[in-house]
Amino acid sequence: MPALSANKAPQPAATNPEIIRNFCIIAHIDHGKSTLADRMLQLTEVVDPRNMRAQYLDRMDIERERGITIKSQAVRLPWTSGIDGKDYILNMIDTPGHVDFTYEVSRSLAACEGAILLVDCAQGIEAQTLANLYLAMENNLTIIPVLNKIDLPAAQPEKFAKELAKLIGCEPEDCFRVSGKTGDGVLELLDEIVKQIPPPQGDADKPARALIFDSVYDSYRGVVTYVRVIDGKLSPRDQIQMFSTGVKHEMLEVGVISPEPIASKGLGVGEVGYLITGVKDVRQSRVGDTVTTAIRPATQALAGYKDPVPMVFSGLYPIDGDEYPVLRDALERLQLNDAALVYEPETSAALGFGFRCGFLGLLHMEIVRERLEREFNLTLISTAPNVVYQLTTEEGKELIVTNPSEFPQTKILSVKEPIVRATVLAPSEFIGTIMELCQQRRGTLLGMDYLSEDRIEIRYNLPLAEIVFDFFDQLKSRTRGYASLDYEPIGDAEGDLVKVDILLQGETVDAFSSIVHRDKAYAYGVLMTAKLRELIPRQQFEVPIQAAIGSRIIARETIRAIRKDVLAKCYGGDITRKRKLLEKQKEGKKRMKMVGRVEVPQEAFIAALSTNADSEKVKAKK
Amino acid sequence: MGQRLSLYIHIPYCVKRCGYCDFNTYTPKELGQSGLGKSEISSQYIDSAILEIDRASSELADTVSIGTIFFGGGTPSLMEGRDINRILSHIRQQFIVEDDCEITMEANPDSVDEENLAAFVSAGVNRFSFGLQTIAPHLLKTLDRTHNEESILKALEIAVKLGVKNLSADLIYGTPGESMEDLIKTLEFALHLPINHISAYALIVEKGTKLASQISRGEISAPDDDLMADKYLVIDSTLEKNGFQWYELSNWAKAGAQSQHNQVYWTGGNWWGIGPGAHSFLGDRRWWNIKNPISYIAALSKNESVIAESEVLSDENKRDEKIMLKIRMRSGLARSDLRASDIAVIERYINSGDIDLENWEKGAVVLTLSGRLIADRIVRDLVV
Repeated sequence: MPALSANKAPQPAATNPEIIRNFCIIAHIDHGKSTLADRMLQLTEVVDPRNMRAQYLDRMDIERERGITIKSQAVRLPWTSGIDGKDYILNMIDTPGHVDFTYEVSRSLAACEGAILLVDCAQGIEAQTLANLYLAMENNLTIIPVLNKIDLPAAQPEKFAKELAKLIGCEPEDCFRVSGKTGDGVLELLDEIVKQIPPPQGDADKPARALIFDSVYDSYRGVVTYVRVIDGKLSPRDQIQMFSTGVKHEMLEVGVISPEPIASKGLGVGEVGYLITGVKDVRQSRVGDTVTTAIRPATQALAGYKDPVPMVFSGLYPIDGDEYPVLRDALERLQLNDAALVYEPETSAALGFGFRCGFLGLLHMEIVRERLEREFNLTLISTAPNVVYQLTTEEGKELIVTNPSEFPQTKILSVKEPIVRATVLAPSEFIGTIMELCQQRRGTLLGMDYLSEDRIEIRYNLPLAEIVFDFFDQLKSRTRGYASLDYEPIGDAEGDLVKVDILLQGETVDAFSSIVHRDKAYAYGVLMTAKLRELIPRQQFEVPIQAAIGSRIIARETIRAIRKDVLAKCYGGDITRKRKLLEKQKEGKKRMKMVGRVEVPQEAFIAALSTNADSEKVKAKK
Repeated sequence: MGQRLSLYIHIPYCVKRCGYCDFNTYTPKELGQSGLGKSEISSQYIDSAILEIDRASSELADTVSIGTIFFGGGTPSLMEGRDINRILSHIRQQFIVEDDCEITMEANPDSVDEENLAAFVSAGVNRFSFGLQTIAPHLLKTLDRTHNEESILKALEIAVKLGVKNLSADLIYGTPGESMEDLIKTLEFALHLPINHISAYALIVEKGTKLASQISRGEISAPDDDLMADKYLVIDSTLEKNGFQWYELSNWAKAGAQSQHNQVYWTGGNWWGIGPGAHSFLGDRRWWNIKNPISYIAALSKNESVIAESEVLSDENKRDEKIMLKIRMRSGLARSDLRASDIAVIERYINSGDIDLENWEKGAVVLTLSGRLIADRIVRDLVV
């Protein structure tokens, strides 16, 4: 029986680093990371069988439903090796799995000495996994390649073992084969972790230094900060200090997660656990920062601290203007738990009062929006996402624009936009399709490689703005869902960009302004004006819809004036029915937005600003 | 005493159902009564209607007099003359009926002859409203109507001979396939008839009708609103030129020939609707009866309530209805019915030429011709 009973296991703050193994699992969404973690919890007997449930470590509903992990966690697993019979402590550090959270992933990796590269052997490696693998290799982590789901009929372990071997530089036989579902091979994998992954190195006598790799707001305890101790020791009575800000906090509790939080006498070299200081806001306890003690502070921070930089911006507006204060409070609350979320109040002539919010990426944006709607019961309109533009005016002034409606029309010398390096992995039959899409989106081909006979890795530089505009949906639909995408920002580049305004009856509708490449401005204008002509009901007068660059009109549609808006008959039996219809229309009218004299139903804004999937959602809600 | 009450009597039977009609009416076959003869159905139904009249009279007879009576349907002219007589005699027994009480019957030109019209008239009916709809044969076919010019002329000739002075024709315009010429011909035909009242209704494609499904299957094209507007303008100018003045959006009459009964609906008067699916309105209470004639008859025979649903109007409901109904009339909405915040809306529509300035200065909101075409839009602006 290799599991260790809790009271016999080595205790926190009294564990020799030699017997500690810190590892993480790198995997794509759906490749079975949470299920494998579940099996490890069971085999190490840290969870009572009666309390076991699927995806045990995924806390938020949204994580469990979408099958993705947003916030990482670290679990302390006592284990007696089946190879040498000795007791070990395994710290499993869960990492977020999405491109938007690359920085958080990199900090989780920095807290480990090894990584399990987990690949679904019916699907092969995906772009994000590859990106995280490279990140792990850069951090000099020991990689254990593992093929999961060997129980599936469609499993092709031979093929994907070759693929993994080629990527890591090992032999195909070195790839482990497990099934998280049946538990096959998981016990052997735990032993292999002990065998292959090196123990942490650190100096117990030096001033304490611990890396923050996650920071979570808990409504009962305040911020819970997850750390990995590099040097020295953290004790419950220490006053700690954050390196980046110099701010000191009283320690209220130190502990480990196993997998429920257990207070401990401290954390020693190589150990992973949590700190609670009574801080209420994750921005005071930032991922990547170094924790030291106030009484004996370290002189040098751990490498790699970065402030989160929002890459994608969107305006969020409550459909019901009365909900503005609720939205404000909700954003405040979410920010406690999300250091990367930034927002500031914004007023739109068309949409009323709202907030311009900055996100790490599209998924981050979607998650925030979904949490706002789900946890705070809000119904929101979001404007089309955009990136950050750096402008230089003719007078030589530098401007940062995060809202297209603030983009000046004249006297611009140059505009810079963020560029990303994108990696697409797909079956090779889609090479042509993918290249065509990337070319359309102003991409520059960097190179391509065969991962195996029929799978290819294509690398492009692309403007982030192009990715933000339905690139992923297009990629998925053009490759029947087989392609995966990863990207990382690599800097800014000048682009021939213009602002396209949409005018209703000569008045600019700020919510529809967009910054697009000059070559695409015409197509965008034609698309938007045609869309709006369908969406805006006929008014008492003719309404021209125009798309314009500055004062130059590039597209035009007209909504003809309504001629007739009356029901012919209204007798005794019709009155109640007609009044009830009127009451409904009254409600609709209250939600009508006025653009000049033109009445635009809220639904038209939502439909015009959304991708198709979004407007379906809105319909379903009604 | 002193209060007026109108009675609506619903006759829920038709020989066949017309393709555009969503009224509460049934063919004997639909009711599974195909075995019964017309006179049996008629007399059985009238027994029940009389029971409901008794309910109305026990509640109200002491306090009201009857100002108007209206037989609608369905096809009231399908009833036997003696049955109509039974109803009207019973009403006279139970209520005080005013001397000049308007008693209207909707009639299908196909279902009248000298004999039954004479019987209706001697029972007390003094106004007939004939369903003319159109005279274009291809449109009558789309509408599932079986009459023709000849049967209409004949029906009216009999009515005139019987000394009936108040005669009306109902027109339907905008039927798919109707050309402007079709409409003008129908108008010219109607103007040659001995009538003093015309109702003209734009065809509404109601959900669940045969016409609606033909349109959704693409067999027939949907009516076009812009064309409807043009046709309304043609109708109004033709009728006005020939001495018919609009007094409600879809109703035109020669001097003094306005329908008294319908004006009760539009001015918030009290009425009791007798029969399945009929609506009633008393003070601030409105209710409507169960729709199915067989269930209606059964409920009355068991001395149970026939009310399907009822509502008590809030002040806001009353205001909404007043605006929605009175604005349809030439007499218009009184300035005193408006809130201060409505004045800006009125002024906007005066500027756009949709509300008449002269009447406004005299204290009434009266729609102009263009305003009549967008009446619902103006109502929406006034009720928000």
